[in-house]
Amino acid sequence: MAEPLLEVRDLKVSFRTEDGIVRAVDGISFTLDEGEVLGIVGESGSGKSVTMMTVMRLITDPNVIYQGSIIYKGRDLMGLSRDAMREVRGEEIAMIFQDPMTSLNPVYTVGWQIEEQLNEHNDLKKGQARRRAMELLAQVGIPKPEQRIDDYPHQFSGGMRQRVMIALALSCNPDLLIADEPTTALDVTIQAQILELIKNLKREFGSAVVLITHDLGVVADVADRILVMYAGRIVEEGNKEQIFYDPQHPYTWGLLGSIARLDRPRARRLTAIAGQPPSLINRPQGCSFRTRCPQAFDRCRAEDPQLTAKVGDGHLDACHLSVEDKRERRDKTINPELAETA
Amino acid sequence: MLAFIVRRLLWMALVLFAISVLVFLIFFATPGVDPARQMAGRNPSAETIKSIKHEFGLDRSLPVRYGLMMKHMFITRDLISYGSHTRVIPEITSAAPVTLSLVFGAAIIWIVFSILFGVAAAVLRGTVFDPLLMILALIGISIPVFWLGEVVNLITQSRLHDSFLFSWVPPLGYTPLTQDPFMWFKQLIFPWLTLSVLYIGFYARVLRANLIETESEDYIRTARAKGLSERRVLFRHTLRTSMITFVSLFGLDFAVLVGGGALLTEVVFGLPGVGLLTYNSLTALDLPVIMTTVVYAAFFITLASALVDLVYAWLDPRVRLA
Repeated sequence: MAEPLLEVRDLKVSFRTEDGIVRAVDGISFTLDEGEVLGIVGESGSGKSVTMMTVMRLITDPNVIYQGSIIYKGRDLMGLSRDAMREVRGEEIAMIFQDPMTSLNPVYTVGWQIEEQLNEHNDLKKGQARRRAMELLAQVGIPKPEQRIDDYPHQFSGGMRQRVMIALALSCNPDLLIADEPTTALDVTIQAQILELIKNLKREFGSAVVLITHDLGVVADVADRILVMYAGRIVEEGNKEQIFYDPQHPYTWGLLGSIARLDRPRARRLTAIAGQPPSLINRPQGCSFRTRCPQAFDRCRAEDPQLTAKVGDGHLDACHLSVEDKRERRDKTINPELAETA
Repeated sequence: MLAFIVRRLLWMALVLFAISVLVFLIFFATPGVDPARQMAGRNPSAETIKSIKHEFGLDRSLPVRYGLMMKHMFITRDLISYGSHTRVIPEITSAAPVTLSLVFGAAIIWIVFSILFGVAAAVLRGTVFDPLLMILALIGISIPVFWLGEVVNLITQSRLHDSFLFSWVPPLGYTPLTQDPFMWFKQLIFPWLTLSVLYIGFYARVLRANLIETESEDYIRTARAKGLSERRVLFRHTLRTSMITFVSLFGLDFAVLVGGGALLTEVVFGLPGVGLLTYNSLTALDLPVIMTTVVYAAFFITLASALVDLVYAWLDPRVRLA
């Protein structure tokens, strides 16, 4: 098999705080192939954004501590000089952020902001950059780009601004596009449009995409492979079919059980996962999820489950239950109809 | 744009009118104020006072007197001072260049150094230099300008004047730029520095706070994600948006100083500027001069606020009117 585009190996990111060391990301490893779409799912504080911000080396907090390596096209990004990293950022790896209302500089026109990035990474003449910016705006579906290019961010709606952000991110044909909750701040109809856009542009530009979200429903359509993160660790990893139709980790069951589904008769109220994520300063002994897990038993308290392939075929999970036990028990957590189709 | 200018001019006229009426009323409502008695000298006869009153129109009704004063100020431009019996307009026009020289020079120094210190403190946050610079700024804000001016004079004019360091410092006073530019500069350099100390301290602190606040904005993270250099992120993104507060503060402070607010510096350094003129007219209760200096100051302040609005709109497109 060809070398992966991105390989994260045993990455740990912690922050020194007054209360102690916060282990935001606690030893995660994954790979991403060229052109692949990877969904990273987890609730707030599970470390999904910190992981990808670390890949971009965008964390400016002076109290951060890193361990592990991030291999991108054979180079360790953690070891790159600041200038070499700048070359990677924006040109090879680009990022779209959660809130399009605040992610664009309010005092420059959108055209200026796209041209700035183009000029940073390419040797372009003034007219060329502007033409390219206009093409990009057209590609992301902004009507009348020749007029809109001179507008300021506040003159765009939220969805249109997110399109501008996508145009900005794609301006240098990046090999990897990181989308950090790109639809969270948008209303539902716009969410669908933006996801559709990312899907289409991914085909057009051939970029690999990492889609960070707290909503499994968002990745259902787009992602090839899914990582489920909990408390700074990966608790389950598998392709879309595996995660949706044969979920192994009780946390994944909980996430699936909390999706509203319109394509099935409503059997009962949506279930929420009870309790709060554990403190990242004093992680409980054993499995991090056991305090909220209805299936927890003695071994969960004593032993920290490792991410291993139990069902095979690249489907990994970190749970002590046996595969048979899990398949039997999860029906109680997820909608029974969903389990029948598995 | 034209509508903006017209609106602003009308607004300015309204403000000037309101301020002049207010000053006029306050002056005549002040107990014990009788300009005629003041001008008449010691133990004046009733006839003398009456004739002075008539001569200066003080026996007319208040609105008429106000109208007369405005006519003398703006139309015939021959308003006479109650104190020195000289014309007021030439006094203002000869004092204005002094104040303008002082304030322009000081403003350039304070803009340059406050940006320098503010940016340095924000960039060096987490090192010992940041608190050091901010303490320095606080000291600058806290030192009274008249005291600093006197100390500067003591050193440059007296104690160390004969040493090689300050032997070039000319005596206190003002030489017009057109007459001797070098002398103008030499006489103003210490007043400039003295006046700007307070503003350097104040503006550096404000700018640092703004820079640090802007630094945590999402669009700064976007700028970094674009692969821009730290220098470009700082100057084109962080500093640019942080300048908005800076500029609005600057416009008003500058106008207040041009309007006579640099009084203490002018007194300490013997500069015959508008501040000094205002001060003298206030102590002598000389209404025509007070009125003229107040109108002059109000003119600059309204002008500056109009300019600030223009620059503000240029800096921040969100406030531009469609």
